[in-house]
Amino acid sequence: MSDISDRVKKIVIEHLGVEDAKVTEEASFIDDLGADSLDTVELVMAFEEEFGIEIPDDAAEKIQTVKDAISYIQENAS
Amino acid sequence: MFDLTGKRALVTGASGGIGSAIAKALHAQGAEVALHGTRREKLDALAAELGARAHVTPADLSDLDAVEALPKAAAEAMGGVDILVNNAGITRDQLALRMKPEDWQAVFRVNLDAAFLLSRGVLRTMMKARWGRIVNIASIVGTTGNAGQANYAATKAGLVAMSKSLAQEVANRGITVNAVAPGFVKSDMTDALSDEQKAALAGQIPAGRLGTGDDVAAAVVYLASTEAAWVTGQTLHVNGGMAMV
Repeated sequence: MSDISDRVKKIVIEHLGVEDAKVTEEASFIDDLGADSLDTVELVMAFEEEFGIEIPDDAAEKIQTVKDAISYIQENAS
Repeated sequence: MFDLTGKRALVTGASGGIGSAIAKALHAQGAEVALHGTRREKLDALAAELGARAHVTPADLSDLDAVEALPKAAAEAMGGVDILVNNAGITRDQLALRMKPEDWQAVFRVNLDAAFLLSRGVLRTMMKARWGRIVNIASIVGTTGNAGQANYAATKAGLVAMSKSLAQEVANRGITVNAVAPGFVKSDMTDALSDEQKAALAGQIPAGRLGTGDDVAAAVVYLASTEAAWVTGQTLHVNGGMAMV
């Protein structure tokens, strides 16, 4: 499980170009990490690719924090 | 300039006069092309004429499933899509008072709905690549209007507004979205007109002649090029001076 968390954080750090320390589980992509709405779409695309899953649009809209992403992937990745 | 070597372009409506000229021009600049259309034999003939770097991807754009499948088919054939030219269009001309809802909808389905869905379908890989070009073929009647073409003109104005909106969404990802608005272009339709009718048409055009597919294709090549990176959300009018807007 911590593996998923590390992989999610790595993607966020690389994509948004933010410091490792800022990417806490509670961090909101838009409010805390400076993402714009298109960044969040791209992050979801990157998660889909990394974990080999498809995240439907209605679920993707609810993924707003690092924790949201980790939880969704934990529940849905095979 | 305008070298497209290594770029992969999907051109819809490539079996038509303007579409085939666009496909040929992109190909001549070095691009690999996926030729979409409904007339398979015309596409096969065009692909044979182009030789290498040409693929045939027919689809019925009035069928939503077929529209969704088209970018995937093109990406499978070429390994990706860097340039999308939404050129396919149909007409169902009729005075508004006589225009059936089906005539309105059929034109919207192909000219506007398909263009949106195809754009959406290619944006994902363009965003990842941080490079992409979408060129929507609009029309002068989208700006001026035209009696008997309420449906067609509305879709062409719609393409321009869609281009501007998409352009704003993806500009900082290295993707441009522009429109080319041709005026009266020589086609099977204009060939069927009488000499008097042709002369009357040409008389409305300061350049004194109808346009050709190549006139339009040159504008598309420019907007598809790396050199046009700072041009987005624009409409390039190619009409011999018939309307200066």
